[in-house]
Amino acid sequence: MRLLSKSSLTILVLIIPSLLAAEGSLRLATTTSVENSRFLDFLLPAFQKETGIPVDVIALGTGAALALGRKGDVDALLVHAPAQEERFMQEGYGVSRANIMYNDFLLVGPESDPAGVRFAPTIQEGFTRIARARAPFLSRGDGSGTHIKEKEIWNKAGILPQGSWYKEGGQGMEALLRMASDMKAYTLTDSATWAFLREKLSLKALYRNQNESILKNFYSLILVNPEPHPHVAFSIARTFLEWITGPEGRQKIQSYTIRGKQVFFLQRQP
Amino acid sequence: MMALITALELIVSGNRELFFTVGTSLAFSFFSTLFAGIFGLVIATIFTLGKFPLRRFIISLVTSLMAVPTVVVGLIVYSLISRSGPLGSLGWLFTPYAVVLGQSIFALPIVISYLWAGFSKLDTRFFETIQTIGCSFPYKCLLTWRESPAALVNALLSTFGRVLSEVGISMMLGGNLRWYTRTMTTAIALETTRGEYEYALALGILLLLFAMGINALTLRMVRQKVAA
Repeated sequence: MRLLSKSSLTILVLIIPSLLAAEGSLRLATTTSVENSRFLDFLLPAFQKETGIPVDVIALGTGAALALGRKGDVDALLVHAPAQEERFMQEGYGVSRANIMYNDFLLVGPESDPAGVRFAPTIQEGFTRIARARAPFLSRGDGSGTHIKEKEIWNKAGILPQGSWYKEGGQGMEALLRMASDMKAYTLTDSATWAFLREKLSLKALYRNQNESILKNFYSLILVNPEPHPHVAFSIARTFLEWITGPEGRQKIQSYTIRGKQVFFLQRQP
Repeated sequence: MMALITALELIVSGNRELFFTVGTSLAFSFFSTLFAGIFGLVIATIFTLGKFPLRRFIISLVTSLMAVPTVVVGLIVYSLISRSGPLGSLGWLFTPYAVVLGQSIFALPIVISYLWAGFSKLDTRFFETIQTIGCSFPYKCLLTWRESPAALVNALLSTFGRVLSEVGISMMLGGNLRWYTRTMTTAIALETTRGEYEYALALGILLLLFAMGINALTLRMVRQKVAA
């Protein structure tokens, strides 16, 4: 009996700190692109150092992150699919949404460029050439922000991609880029993950235009509405929002570089 | 609860992608079990009838390979067939060939273990008899197989069940490509992370039905064979 109470006491002592820690942490669902570019490894320790709040990151595609937000399984979302985000807000699942930063999407593929997208005048034309040449194209296929952007471009090009040349991987950005590299396939990627991985891949950036509006990649932070899910740590999430949009956060975003180049840019304040 | 109803609707309505994925899974598992079965049968029979140095040691080594996790098999085969690997020129990575290759390697020690266990249960008088009639080695093999139909059925069906439910190899070597290498297990992993719980649940229900069905079938057939 004494042994029992002693061991249960030990268990309690062991469990309590972890419960307390869980209480004060932020669960952040993000797109794989910010995680795969190692940006969060740079950003979050600074936040924790300043506020003492640890952040648990669940890196998924934007579609999946929004689904987690709907279920109340996370406190905040860092995502990049404006249309889906707006719907999420309209449905009342989010409380506030702030533009955080942006970069761009680019089309990468094998150096031999069998479809000749290198000299395409627009990204839609590049996609059209791939479809016409039936050159292997690997899609994220996971409902992520990058996947949504890719579908938007196909749509604008008036093409419904189908056939053995078009494959959907259903994986995060880093895994998918590695697959595309092995399959000698084209794929659409975000510039941050690309900057981080490009030297490890046998792929080349074949079409990139930072001024083409369809290729702009906007990231925003959404706070999950605690109303339907009372366990959502709203005040902690708000602390993160205030920090990342404040001077320290903005300075951090601007100072993150990969091989000496800035990869995320601050949104101009309206 | 709503998710469960939607999942059942997906199954009943015969959702095309759902059943394509199920078919892919069954096809991969069938070929993997077939290849592993052929090689496994030969090896297990040699283990049973053959006499060679370090026999005990080799047998325990091979049967203990049953415990190798799928992700380790995936990793080894991946490094072999990736473009930078020694078999990279085959271009097999992220194709059905890669999945079947990986799953066959994974299944081989399992088949051997089941068969070896089954053959070991044969009466010692049987082995004495085939020694005394002095027939050729292939004929001895045939006699051994004919004596243990239950072991064969048990080995193949159990292995099929194990392969059908593995996810590591299919994910790493198949790449979870839609309409190509996406299996029930990789689809469940993907659809859950995508937040498509209903679809994942539908696949989960089917996978569970298959696993339990195979189990029941194994039990029944083994009982029948033993009775006969």
